[in-house]
Amino acid sequence: MPATVKVLRRPEPGQTSYIRSALKGMGLTFRHMVNPNKVTHQYPEEAVELSPRWRGTHVMEVHADGRPKCVACGLCPTICPANCIRLVGGEDDMGNRYPIVYEIDEFRCIFCGMCQEVCPVEAIHVGRHFENAEYTRDRFVYDLDRLMAQDHPSTLLWDPSDPRSE
Amino acid sequence: MGELSPLAFLLTSSVKVLLVFTVTLGVVAYMTLAERKVSGFIQDRLGPNRAGPFGLLQPIADGIKNFAKEETLPGTSNRLFFILAPMLAIMPAVVTLAVVPFAAPLPTPWGVVGMVIADIPIGILYILALSSLGVYGLFLAGWASNNKYALLGGVRSSSQMVSYEVALGLSLIPVFMLAGNVTLTEIVWQQQQLGMWFIFPLSLAFILFVISAFAETNRLPFDLPEAESELVTGYHTEYSSMKFSMFFIAEYSHILTASALMATLFLGGWSVPFWSGDHMFQEGGRWISGYGADGLPIAAAPAWWITLLTLGSFALKTAFFILVFIWVRWTLPRFRYDQVMHLGWKVMLPVALAYVMIISASILVLDHVGFEGFLFGAALTAVSLLCTGTFVFVLDRDRIISGTTRVSPVRDVSATASSYSVRGAARSTGQGSLSKTRP
Repeated sequence: MPATVKVLRRPEPGQTSYIRSALKGMGLTFRHMVNPNKVTHQYPEEAVELSPRWRGTHVMEVHADGRPKCVACGLCPTICPANCIRLVGGEDDMGNRYPIVYEIDEFRCIFCGMCQEVCPVEAIHVGRHFENAEYTRDRFVYDLDRLMAQDHPSTLLWDPSDPRSE
Repeated sequence: MGELSPLAFLLTSSVKVLLVFTVTLGVVAYMTLAERKVSGFIQDRLGPNRAGPFGLLQPIADGIKNFAKEETLPGTSNRLFFILAPMLAIMPAVVTLAVVPFAAPLPTPWGVVGMVIADIPIGILYILALSSLGVYGLFLAGWASNNKYALLGGVRSSSQMVSYEVALGLSLIPVFMLAGNVTLTEIVWQQQQLGMWFIFPLSLAFILFVISAFAETNRLPFDLPEAESELVTGYHTEYSSMKFSMFFIAEYSHILTASALMATLFLGGWSVPFWSGDHMFQEGGRWISGYGADGLPIAAAPAWWITLLTLGSFALKTAFFILVFIWVRWTLPRFRYDQVMHLGWKVMLPVALAYVMIISASILVLDHVGFEGFLFGAALTAVSLLCTGTFVFVLDRDRIISGTTRVSPVRDVSATASSYSVRGAARSTGQGSLSKTRP
């Protein structure tokens, strides 16, 4: 038996005052009725405050010339526990590796953020964003162009001024 | 000022019918909004506020939605009665307001028009007769649906409404005795003459009437016929779109009628408190405002602003009771069915009967002693207060004042633990003996 047991003092059967408790309940509901502090969040008008640890749909960082920072090392599809990243890497004339296909199935993703942690070049990030509604299910497989075009900020778990958390 | 000519009577009556019917349906529509708003406020939410400012267009949106929805007709239902039931439910609900006076008489170029659709001599008996017809609609809906939940809801609604109609009628008898008539206009007039709302001299009758009215309107804590958690939604389980909406309108019109009745019977109707300027009553074709010292009637002086003022007073009183209906719904949980029947037959009925006896005896004694006017009312108030106090005291087993006195003793944890082990040991020995008997 646990050390602390909370014993509720309950009235014995047949010893309660129905009218008193009914009036007490009416008083309670009346206090709530006139209480101006409501919990309703007027969502589309008022922005919802996100937690600093929020991890949303992904963002691919790009170089100044518009190329993705990804070097197709293959670490993120390897570590991904949900197996939602599909990567086909290629190599250009200079011997630089780049992604030919880079797709994330955001339905399969569990938003653990391990792809961001494992990325050696700080290319893929989870985002600070949650408004992802689409009309069809296949729109939830984000390809490379879409990941690069995401305009929402990346998560606060990653500090751009200290990219490797040193 | 004399009576209206037949043509003027026909014309003004038609206008009044049209006006009251429209206003009733409008008020019913906005009562649904009020219900959702108040329930939201009570639960610390905001309620509907998307359709129009403050959600004011919500009833219109709901109406459009209900018209546009699919009409379902269950294959096993009795088609004729299934379609007839919502009509039977809504009809008595919307016609009952016809005898409730809603303002002081209005002077027009054709004569003074009383602000009640039909000032018929049977008055409140008309309301009792017609509102009890509503049970046919509910029961027919439950039976014609050919659905076990709907049938149970219909059975519950009929037994509940029949049971509480008895207490409702008996709680009105003291009012009739005090007013000397059953027409609602005269009941308002007698309250003005007494200088006191009937809620004071007949407080117990008011309490009984409110409880019965809650049961009659099928509202929480008496919403057994609907009982979402056990009967889906009771008698209107199988109904959709506008047919469902008609049950809804019927329920809310019943609430409106009950609220208007409480205001009229016990809160002075349309009369403005502490003001004698609105005392008006039609006696022998003449509008009088009271009697002089010589016993002769004094002619009344109706004015349009008095009509407006009294209409506001009536609306305020009715709105208060509607708010109470909603407020109680979002506070109290539902009764169990045997508790409803117990309260109706074993508490309300005998108490109402005893109260009728006490009040009639008191009136007889007070008349004999020669008390009149305010003194009469004050004496009756004292008697009723005594009755109400006794009623509440007995009903609540004298806990109303002292509250909860005895609480169960705090359990000894070690004792409980040892009892567990004893029980466990018993179980293991039982199993042992069982295994021994096995071959």
